[in-house]
Amino acid sequence: MENRLVVSSSPHLHSGVSTREIMLDVLIALSPAAVASVLLFGWRAAAVILVCVASCMASEYLSAIVLKRPQTVGDLSAVVTGVLLAFNLPATIPFWQAAIGSVAAIVVVKQMFGGIGHNFVNPALIGRIVMMASFPSDMNNWVTPLQGRMVDGLASATPLESMAQGEMAYSYQQLLVGIRPGSLGETCIIALLLGGAYLVVRRVISPAIPLVYIGTVFILTWIAGENPLIHVLSGGLVLGAVFMATDYATSPINTAGKVVYAIGCGLLTVLIRIYGSLAEGVSFAIVIMNVLVPLIERATRPLPFGEERRFAIWQKK
Amino acid sequence: MATAAEYKKEFTKGLLRENPILRLVLGTCPTLAVTTAVMNGLGMGAATTFVLVCSNIVISLLRKVIPDKVRLPAFIVVIAGFTTIVEMLVKAYLPAIDSALGIYLPLITVNCIILGRAEAFASKNSVGLSALDGLGMGAGFTAALVLMGGIRELLGNGTLFGWPDGGLIHPITIFVLSPGGFFVFGMLIWLTNRLADRLEKKGIKVETAAGCAACPNAACCNVVASKTEAKAEGNEPESSGNGKVESVE
Repeated sequence: MENRLVVSSSPHLHSGVSTREIMLDVLIALSPAAVASVLLFGWRAAAVILVCVASCMASEYLSAIVLKRPQTVGDLSAVVTGVLLAFNLPATIPFWQAAIGSVAAIVVVKQMFGGIGHNFVNPALIGRIVMMASFPSDMNNWVTPLQGRMVDGLASATPLESMAQGEMAYSYQQLLVGIRPGSLGETCIIALLLGGAYLVVRRVISPAIPLVYIGTVFILTWIAGENPLIHVLSGGLVLGAVFMATDYATSPINTAGKVVYAIGCGLLTVLIRIYGSLAEGVSFAIVIMNVLVPLIERATRPLPFGEERRFAIWQKK
Repeated sequence: MATAAEYKKEFTKGLLRENPILRLVLGTCPTLAVTTAVMNGLGMGAATTFVLVCSNIVISLLRKVIPDKVRLPAFIVVIAGFTTIVEMLVKAYLPAIDSALGIYLPLITVNCIILGRAEAFASKNSVGLSALDGLGMGAGFTAALVLMGGIRELLGNGTLFGWPDGGLIHPITIFVLSPGGFFVFGMLIWLTNRLADRLEKKGIKVETAAGCAACPNAACCNVVASKTEAKAEGNEPESSGNGKVESVE
């Protein structure tokens, strides 16, 4: 009965929620989209997801050993990264390339910068961007879904690519269900919204970022004279807004910061989609805003009672 | 007159101990820009080595003539002269290398390594030592560039010296782009520091000859402060440490 009065730093109260439970919730929320991807793109979608998850977990396990850090492979965060990376890849991607993307995501972005909670950008998105820079032709090898569920489906352009060339080949219903070429997990909007609703109900994410992000894209594309509904329903916008932009380590804490961050994501996405040379800009938009999060946090810090707001982002000493 | 051992020391220090790129981290701009292929690295290294040796010799010869106040413009004029010679020679005889290196060939003029050696070594030492210093630094620079170019060309393009045509492996294009350049550069610095640590443990002295005191950050560096403190206090910290332990108990 010694030391009953323990002096420790905050936090003193703990909700009891562990990283593992949160990641399990995210995985449950991702599962409808995973099922949809297998239904749409066939067995190879499941294989790509498996390869990404396995190589992410192996990278996490091995880097914790090499870096002599506590083993974090059990908290399932590597599984979430693997599933999200697989959702960003076309179904035809060679397995070894998917593995290289997973290693880049976990080893370079996550572990080299300090492990979970210390990654400065979303690991899965960097995995995708590394792969886009490394294997441009394989990463743009889209197939039409429901083509006998085989690998050698009909190669075709994504809705955003065809829209950039001034034609619209898909109805709203097709876009909602996901019957259109695209990355594994981005096509079935209904499944993604289902997962997002689950996360909001379970209070894993706040709805601020997805709603403001998608709303900004809707309004800006409407102002720009494009079809806003098609912009929202195609590309990786819903996947990015619900699952990628809401990553705890790389998004602001306050609601005010979240709104600024989400508007920035939406603005960059629309700028890249309409004026950029790429048809899709969600991943670059989120990564750029990830890097700006420390500045947003500083500008939106809550004010202690009686203090004056200083409008400088860089605080003077 | 300097002894043979001194000559040898001035030559070999540039290879690992004071390797300009991997240990001193100078001249990183051309390093990252041109090392997309082995041949470019080799060409850049050779051109820089030529300018480095020649400017070191000339600056060493003129070291008693150049007034201290205008030494930097004087050094730059000498370096720019030799860079122009190299540029014209490469343009005339190796047009392929010239188009691959582009603006980075004339930019040898402002390469930190060359001005650094002029300021830190050639302006204070004899001609022979300066020439060997330039040769060693140039060799270290070239070796680092060839190594980086080799890794990036092999992984990013699947070839080595442009061979074979189809590529040995499936290219991972990011390695010939700038992110891959930074990544390989960081990895090589890490490996070199690991190698230097290993050698030091075996009793081979690898610490930079100029020492930490020459570093611009010396005033605010913990390592320097702890070293000078330890020297000044001698054995005292031990006895005061014992006293503290007793009082706590």
